[in-house]
Amino acid sequence: MEKVGLNSVTLVIILSFFVGAVVSIQTSINMSNPLLPSYLVGLASRDSLILEFSPTMISLILAGKVGSSIASELGSMRVTEQIDALEIMGINSASFLILPKVIATVFFFPFLIIISMGVGMVGAWVGGLSANITTADFMFGLKYEFIPFYITYAIIKTIFFAFIISTVSAYFGYHTKGGAISVGKASTAAVVASSILILLFNYILTDIILS
Amino acid sequence: MIEIKNIEKKFGNNHVLKNVSFIFERGKTNLIIGESGSGKTTLIKILIGLHKIDSGIVLFDGVDFNAIKTKKQRLLRQEIGMLFQGGALYDYMSVEENIMFPLNMFTKKTEIEKLERVNFCLKRVKLEGKNGLMPSELSGGMTKRVAIARAIVMQPKYLLCDEPNSGLDPKTAIIIDNLIQEITKEYNITTIVNTHDMNSVMEIGEKITFINKGEIWWKGNKDELLNSNNKELNDFVFASELFKRLKKG
Ligand SMILES: Nc1ncnc2c1ncn2[C@@H]1O[C@H](COP(=O)(O)OP(=O)(O)OP(=O)(O)O)[C@@H](O)[C@H]1O
Ligand SMILES: [Mg+2]
Repeated sequence: MEKVGLNSVTLVIILSFFVGAVVSIQTSINMSNPLLPSYLVGLASRDSLILEFSPTMISLILAGKVGSSIASELGSMRVTEQIDALEIMGINSASFLILPKVIATVFFFPFLIIISMGVGMVGAWVGGLSANITTADFMFGLKYEFIPFYITYAIIKTIFFAFIISTVSAYFGYHTKGGAISVGKASTAAVVASSILILLFNYILTDIILS
Repeated sequence: MIEIKNIEKKFGNNHVLKNVSFIFERGKTNLIIGESGSGKTTLIKILIGLHKIDSGIVLFDGVDFNAIKTKKQRLLRQEIGMLFQGGALYDYMSVEENIMFPLNMFTKKTEIEKLERVNFCLKRVKLEGKNGLMPSELSGGMTKRVAIARAIVMQPKYLLCDEPNSGLDPKTAIIIDNLIQEITKEYNITTIVNTHDMNSVMEIGEKITFINKGEIWWKGNKDELLNSNNKELNDFVFASELFKRLKKG
């Protein structure tokens, strides 16, 4: 559980807060046109956090953190023959080692993403204040034409991404061949492959779900 | 008893085992000796299905390991204890958890019974009271001994040891050799030991097979080994000055 994300909470909180703040500052700078209402800052921050930043960017970052940890853990178990040791005891090592990790990531990532959305909006509010957007305007924008389905969409994406990260990393780790160097290689390959798949599925899922 | 017949194994173009047949007897410590790279580890891994064979038969007391279903193979594996070349302890578990692990997985014993069994095995390998240590805190010899304790905790019918004393000092090596020998006799199990340590051979060499370039080159016991005229065997056995003198004297 710790390995699949519990100790990623701090990272997610820090990242989301600052990205939220920066998004709202940049939006307000770009909307210096007095004709545009200032509540747009809240609205734009909300949508970019929910639709892209929290599910996709955070998943990409977690692919680096959680994915490499899964791959290197399994990889080092492979090269030190711990996986063989499980097998010769009569244990199905793949399901024994991989299944709990997949289940844990798929259950836990959505919570991380929801935390990220919440903290990101707090960041956006703080950033908005520093760009002279009043709390009332910001809150109005936050609620303006809010589509709850966007959150469902974000969570669906996250579940896909969590599944991709855990299975792809487990695959690379489990099939490591050779010594300690190959463990490092497996974990790099796992991160690269899961990141690419995340981007690809982000495109596919957005196409299917939102259009 | 484990019997192998006409085992062939290639890794790509590397023909590692050529028509290997042998009978590993019950109640004996069966030794496989040979140079580094001669195929000892491969042979032991083939026995338990960690490597697939290209052709040949592996029989565990008459049961053809490769002909039975995966589920049956797993059941059979529960009767096999294996000591890996590097120990292969689960590094996120303590000594006690490592040894208790097979009991947790496959028995319905109570916590007290399991702990008793673990402590008994730890005593057997002379590591009483080391329950709480983590694998990273163990010396090489202790690692091997914990791995032996884990291998025997389920009272296996077959014990396979891949270089049980490589990297150990001669004294610890002999303790481990004798331990394996004792366990074999006491429980009347089929034990196979891979080694290129001639001390071990002299200590426990009841039934020896010499593998050279993937073929069985010679079979016999330690006395026959000392008096053999087989050139490759002699080159291997008497590579060290000590053993050359032993032969002369
Ligand atoms: N998984 C593998 N893939 C490809 N080749 C392998 C593999 N395992 C072993 N080999 C090759 O098989 C041959 C025999 O190796 P093996 O590990 O069985 O030797 P060994 O007798 O155990 O040596 P050592 O005494 O050094 O442990 C070597 O040439 C090795 O390169
Ligand atoms: Mg070997």
